[in-house]
Amino acid sequence: MLSPRAMILRAPGTNCDHETAHAFERAGAIARRVHVHALAQKPSLADDFQILCIPGGFSYGDDIASGRIFALELKSRLADSLAKFRDRGGLILGICNGFQVLLQTGLLLSDPISGAARASLAHNTSGMFLDRWVHLQAVPGRCVFLQGMDRFELPVAHGEGRFVTRSPEDFAAFDAAGQLVLRYAADASGTSSNPNGAMGDVAGVCDETGRILGLMPHPERFIDALQHPAWNGRLDPAAAGAGFPFFTNAVRAVS
Amino acid sequence: MLWEVDIHLRDAAGDHAARAVVAGAAELGVAGCMRATTATGWLIEGDLSRADVERLAAAVLADPVTETFTVAEAGDAVLTTAAAGLPTVLHVLPRAGVTDPAAETALEACGLLGLRPSAVRSVRKYWLPALGTAEADRLAWKLLASEAIHDVVIGPLPHRTLAGGRPWTFSQETVRLKGLDDAALDRLSRERCLALSAAELHAVRDHFQSLGRDPLEIELETIAQTWSEHCCHKTLGSPIDHVGPSGAVRYDNLLKETVFASTRKVREQLGPNDWCVSVFRDNSGVVRFDGDHDICVKVETHNHPSAIEPYGGAATGLGGVIRDVLGTGLGAKPIANLDVFCVGRPDTPAADLPPGVIHPRRLLAGVVAGVRDYGNRMGIPTIAGAVAYDPGYIGNPLVFCGTVGIMPRNSADAAVQVGDLVVVAGGRTGRDGIHGATFSSVELSSDSESQSGGSVQIGHAIHEKMLTDFVLEASRQRLFHAITDCGAGGLSSAVGEMAATLGAEVDLDRVPLKYDGLSATEAWISEAQERMVLAVAPADWEKLSKIAADEGVEATAIGTFTGAGRLVLRWQGRTAGELDCHFLHEGRPRRRLASRYVPPAVKPTAWTLRADDSLTASLLDVLAAPDVASKEWIIRQYDHEVQGCSIVKPLLGPGAGPADGTVVRGVLGRDRGIVLGVGLRHRLGLLDPYQMAAGGIVEAMANAIAVGADPARIALLDNFCWGDCRREESLGTLVEACRACHDMAVAFAAPFVSGKDSLNNVFAWTDASGTHHERSIPPTLLATAMGQVENVHRAITPDLKQVGNRLAIIGLSRGELAGSQLELVGRVHGGRVPQVDAAACREVFAAVATAQRAGLVVACHDCSDGGFLTAVAEMAIAGGSAARITLADVPMEADGSSGNGSALHRDLAIAFTETPGRFVCEVPAAVADRFAVEMSQRNQTRPNQTQKVPWAWIGEVVAGDQLEIVSTAGSATTVPVASLARAWRGGA
Repeated sequence: MLSPRAMILRAPGTNCDHETAHAFERAGAIARRVHVHALAQKPSLADDFQILCIPGGFSYGDDIASGRIFALELKSRLADSLAKFRDRGGLILGICNGFQVLLQTGLLLSDPISGAARASLAHNTSGMFLDRWVHLQAVPGRCVFLQGMDRFELPVAHGEGRFVTRSPEDFAAFDAAGQLVLRYAADASGTSSNPNGAMGDVAGVCDETGRILGLMPHPERFIDALQHPAWNGRLDPAAAGAGFPFFTNAVRAVS
Repeated sequence: MLWEVDIHLRDAAGDHAARAVVAGAAELGVAGCMRATTATGWLIEGDLSRADVERLAAAVLADPVTETFTVAEAGDAVLTTAAAGLPTVLHVLPRAGVTDPAAETALEACGLLGLRPSAVRSVRKYWLPALGTAEADRLAWKLLASEAIHDVVIGPLPHRTLAGGRPWTFSQETVRLKGLDDAALDRLSRERCLALSAAELHAVRDHFQSLGRDPLEIELETIAQTWSEHCCHKTLGSPIDHVGPSGAVRYDNLLKETVFASTRKVREQLGPNDWCVSVFRDNSGVVRFDGDHDICVKVETHNHPSAIEPYGGAATGLGGVIRDVLGTGLGAKPIANLDVFCVGRPDTPAADLPPGVIHPRRLLAGVVAGVRDYGNRMGIPTIAGAVAYDPGYIGNPLVFCGTVGIMPRNSADAAVQVGDLVVVAGGRTGRDGIHGATFSSVELSSDSESQSGGSVQIGHAIHEKMLTDFVLEASRQRLFHAITDCGAGGLSSAVGEMAATLGAEVDLDRVPLKYDGLSATEAWISEAQERMVLAVAPADWEKLSKIAADEGVEATAIGTFTGAGRLVLRWQGRTAGELDCHFLHEGRPRRRLASRYVPPAVKPTAWTLRADDSLTASLLDVLAAPDVASKEWIIRQYDHEVQGCSIVKPLLGPGAGPADGTVVRGVLGRDRGIVLGVGLRHRLGLLDPYQMAAGGIVEAMANAIAVGADPARIALLDNFCWGDCRREESLGTLVEACRACHDMAVAFAAPFVSGKDSLNNVFAWTDASGTHHERSIPPTLLATAMGQVENVHRAITPDLKQVGNRLAIIGLSRGELAGSQLELVGRVHGGRVPQVDAAACREVFAAVATAQRAGLVVACHDCSDGGFLTAVAEMAIAGGSAARITLADVPMEADGSSGNGSALHRDLAIAFTETPGRFVCEVPAAVADRFAVEMSQRNQTRPNQTQKVPWAWIGEVVAGDQLEIVSTAGSATTVPVASLARAWRGGA
């Protein structure tokens, strides 16, 4: 069986592409970093891949809003090929900036009729960029990436990650459909680790099929134990990190 | 047509900018600003219909879920309609010519919608309560805007066009030097911001006289940039007659005979095992890493720009040092950043600040934000740093930014070839940053904000990220022969340096400009950010251009390296200026300087304890002291985990305590690691510059060694920041610090691989009574240590690990309280300055490393700011663990420094002395005997008393939640670890 292929789609300002590619490779995929300009010039490139990942970073600087321009680029130049990729069962993962991009392209949580966005990622309530570790609770449901996962820790690093929906009804609908699959949870002392004021502590969401996932935390930054801030003397240095199953699950699902 | 689009939040609760205005106004004492709302505005000019602009707003500028927008012609009253109870509308926008990254992004995005506006500018809009003009001005300039880069408009915007200048028409200006006396030459230098001395201008005049003419402006500017203190070690490289405590010394070149000489000696000793690759000649210092890679490191300062515009100054400082790494050899990949700031104390009363000075708290917030926004966007983890607070830095803060890079082996050497194209790549050139190099070489004053003109810049990190992606790919394909960054002096320095031996011809009209109107000289010396210069063989040009296009980077051939030894500058085919490279680089007259150093008298230790003082009260105060206290509010704003290689992070352990050194993997998936440590003993600068420097170097090394760095593989960097070195006394302290660098490097076999100096850190102002004041910063050496660990699995962090483990101290303590944190928190005055015993330190380093390697140490922390007790407290905080320690067991040199001999004085001296070169180690109970045997055997094999390493068991990790301290008198006091953590985090 050939190894599945993962496209790590980057734009100017993407900066988590190398470690995300590394995580997929460790999980058994062949990962290729592809510039969005190259893909726009040759959309058929996507035909060779089973997994598409939009990694973290500050695409186009995020000066206007996170992921906005990257999403516009995808919508205006690659809408058809992305839809085709999704419809033939490709997996799509958006991490941090990539999550922001997925929401803005309408690939996640958009209005099925108008295509309008029903959710967004706003500035953190603190108004500040924040790098810290959070506790998470997965409710995997259909979500391919989260199968077998429960409670775990991952780092977040963002200034715009506060999940909001257009209306409370939208939130309830996503909740009822089991799409709000990843939530910030309380730490050992019972303190909430919601780092940004997200509605309903939402850290990650999937589409109706469970094959598209967007999340603010960075699974690629915890694929081995040494990446945890308290590993020293406490974790087996050779152990995998809690973020690794995101990648092995994806690889298994398309193998 | 000029349109304006305003973006409003649907939910006012999310308006954190408004909250910040209200909070800031309260802090400034601007009365009546209890409420505000804000918006982001965009001025968009071009042949666009209202429908076009509305489409743009909906698709690009506003979020459909969280925001609404207003579109109108600029100046339309609807744009400044008062919000309820908020009649004042205040606009802050970048001045014409200042980099506006958001606007550039918006302009690019327009293309995706098929719209082609001619110009875009971003605006911040504030709706405020009715305010007097003076109050509104104060709010604007103290809180919202920076004079160096912003315009502020209260009420409707007057703009009807954003159009810039017209193309420059060629002209030449001859600068008459002939017949000018020294006073006139000085005046000329000052008026043109050349920072050239009369003697240097004599040399220029004589050179041009031999050619039978006066210099052209562009030629004189090129010389001024090249000869600036910023671009060459003008002072440090001078011949100096020094008179110090040990007599008179004559240096022909101070730097060569101290710092460089020590590196040469270390490399000679290492012989075939020399692991230095390229030192003191490229943009950063390069050393061996693993079989496939070399690593490089550089630390720069950006003090003067940061004093005036903290955000832009720090951001472009970081951007510059990243390009130094990118421009090393054939290009290195930046993998870690560090930052160190020296500022006034945060509690400085605003009334105590000289005119024109930004409050230290606002300044620090600004520089942190600058590093955050640049470093995070670049995707380089900022993993190490420090903040030092001292009144001496008011008006002249120090902002150090450093970068580590990695490159394939055998790519450290680069050489321009005759016939290579001069290629400039990256951002376009604007009028920003003119005279930065020379501005940094003159003193700051209360008028600097207006005088500096264009010397302050705003960075555009994404352009640098794109440039980096381009350079690394071009480097991988070996498509250029040499590369350097455009930093201080702009193209004049970058091209000048690359053409130093071969010469070059440059067509300045080909330099891509941000807007029309720049003269040839401006294009040549502009320090516009995010540009690199490459030497490219004509045969490789096509391939290189293709990569640039793929990455969206502009690369332009602007000339040729000729081999004729002349720098020829042209504009549309006409000669704009011509310089002899030899004169440019070797013609600067060297002047013999005199320096002297007289050590200040040692003040006796004077205790100033309160009646109810105690060990624990002192400990809580020291933990809360600004230098020691948690920097979490800074660290968490930095992405210190991007690239996935951060292994020992700045906050670590279950209690998120402070790290010593930090560790990153060199390469994803590989186990060899790079360690970074910094040392800064600025409080000793005025007491003893030699010990200040030596102590800083020991601290940087100790940070690296604590975490497991091999002491035999530590590279050092020096960053000298000094006051007015034209004064013999100031220069004398600089000489003493250079001597210390030499002695430490040789003693520890740790070579200096790169460095930088920033002299003239003087702030001058005139007070209300008309009296002129000048203040120099305290002599400050920042030492940076870059170490290596063979396997990151074996790194050791300071957090306490396991109940029952024993604690040992390695290294002798002496009562040396001068400049200590204990002094800062008001418990003591004077005393001896902490002395580095280099031979003893070297043995301590080796002993710690041996014990670590034998697997006998599970936590390790060096004793620096706040001494031994603070170190133990930090280990407890990080581990969330309790501990018991016995002060009487600490090996302490008996010297009577403990004042009148009271028990508390003795305890405090042991607990808080800052004797350099000591470590606290946590040793598992099961191997405690082995540890003891290892240490004593080590000492037995050293016949020489000075080689023996003093050490002792001083406590253990215990169950519970208290730190228990047994005093020398045998009484125990306890303090909850949670209280220590709260004090350290700044809580009550």
